[in-house]
Amino acid sequence: MKEIVVISGKGGTGKTSVLASFAVLAKNAVLADCDVDAADLHLVLRPDIIEKHDFISGHEAVVLQDVCDSCGACLNLCRFDAIKEISQPSGESIFEIDSHSCEGCGVCYAFCPLKAIDFKDRHCGEWMISSTRAGSMVHAKLGIAAENSGKLVSTVKEKVRELAGKENSDLILIDGPPGTGCPVIASVTGASLVFVVTEPTVSGEHDLKRILELVRHFNIPACVCVNKWDICPEMTEKIENLAVSTGASVLGRIRYDTGVTKAQIEALAVVETDTPSAQDIINIWQALQFQ
Amino acid sequence: MKIAIASGKGGTGKTTVAVNLALAAERNVQLLDCDVEEPNVHLFLKGEEKQARRVSILIPQIIESRCIAEEGCDLCSQFCEFNAIVCPGKLPIIMPEMCHGCGGCKRICPKKAIREVPYEIGTVTTAQYKDIFLAEGRLDIGMPLAPSVIKGVKEEIKSDVLALLDAPPGTSCPVVAALQDCDFVVLVTEPTPFGQNDLRLAVDMVRELGLRFGVVINRANPDQTCINEYCAAEKIQILAAIPDDRRIAQSYAIGIPIIEALPEYKEMFETLLGRIKEAA
Repeated sequence: MKEIVVISGKGGTGKTSVLASFAVLAKNAVLADCDVDAADLHLVLRPDIIEKHDFISGHEAVVLQDVCDSCGACLNLCRFDAIKEISQPSGESIFEIDSHSCEGCGVCYAFCPLKAIDFKDRHCGEWMISSTRAGSMVHAKLGIAAENSGKLVSTVKEKVRELAGKENSDLILIDGPPGTGCPVIASVTGASLVFVVTEPTVSGEHDLKRILELVRHFNIPACVCVNKWDICPEMTEKIENLAVSTGASVLGRIRYDTGVTKAQIEALAVVETDTPSAQDIINIWQALQFQ
Repeated sequence: MKIAIASGKGGTGKTTVAVNLALAAERNVQLLDCDVEEPNVHLFLKGEEKQARRVSILIPQIIESRCIAEEGCDLCSQFCEFNAIVCPGKLPIIMPEMCHGCGGCKRICPKKAIREVPYEIGTVTTAQYKDIFLAEGRLDIGMPLAPSVIKGVKEEIKSDVLALLDAPPGTSCPVVAALQDCDFVVLVTEPTPFGQNDLRLAVDMVRELGLRFGVVINRANPDQTCINEYCAAEKIQILAAIPDDRRIAQSYAIGIPIIEALPEYKEMFETLLGRIKEAA
């Protein structure tokens, strides 16, 4: 089974538009959206949700106010500044835990002298299996300002692999998140190929360098394409040379095309329209078959 | 005053807005690059580096002579919520890249067989560009823990000077780490379905965090009014609309801030800064 992950380092370079087109062009692929905190693939593929599951991961600490005697021991236990001391009108303080800062390590829970802290399962979002016109898809929604995006990505990947097995599919196409941190590492882990969409700008170049270093770190082959290449042909050339010098293959260029936004507004993949850049994406998809 | 520039979607123009606001402020301003996975401010403001320091978390190290794992003790491994310690029946194995540095294993160990040692995960660099104080966080490649580096960048903030924070994209822990304690959040978006969807997620996030905020529309196009309609319905202030001007894209491509390439936009960013200060 082949697993291709589309990433970019820099955000907004066109990952999702390219991946949606690949999904439409591919035969018998299953799809996953691993950009779990700003997922957009569903806006193009309009999935019909078949299954929906809660994503419970880790724990969060909560002060049991009727047991707590406000000794403040937890303040020194927590390394994540999650314990908040709140002064009361009476002059005394109460202690609360800011759930957005709590990493769920359990230190305050284990070492509170009065056992005045509860350690509840944490609801961090949900994940779904859906059907789309381009194939089955696993996607997710991280809770608002929630923790554990990397673990949610790992869950999505585990489910999409199961689904591919069930459907006898030999190709998994994954829309990845921007950046190089926890959710990106979870997205590329175990991938057979990483496809990087970048743009001909100083930021695109800088971020491409970092993302290629990351995939080398995990020893995954990489392909690159420059989107909106004609915004700055000199920078495009520079980026392609950079990609080749690090051992990545350059699979083609996609022109700047206002038709991409029009396709998005109509909830169509670019290759489902006759806008000029559709042919660029088709050419790249064909080149990708030889990787 | 601390002002964060954020967005749900990547690539909407956070860095562009942050850099040009700093230039519009002219003096007495700090610009902090909190997008530690892909820091880009330095590509536009090439300041003179002042200092660089490494950011570490504390991770456990086993003192072998004291550890009783061979007698069947695995309390440290059981305690760890992040699967960063494995006890295979002999000495525990530490996986530094999984560790969050909470110190729980050291506290739980009955034999004081764990000490803590620094583990480097990134760098904070400070620099000066004209009258702008710059600080940048940079997460090491292969390291997952962006929030710890973001906290390191925020330690550079001097509280009596206007601080602009360029936040990472998305709505998860790194963004929350950047936005916490800010007085105001500028959400940058673009008038497309993806932009609108991700703006809605970002609005949910800043509301959940209880922060005041307003919206900047980038690549604004009179024919694409989805953001204006959404903001009107949600009663969200639109602070500025940066037009879809190909010259802006071209100056961005080669690393020149809008104000420096196209001085006619300077007034727009001055007005934006004034509106932010008024709203914050």
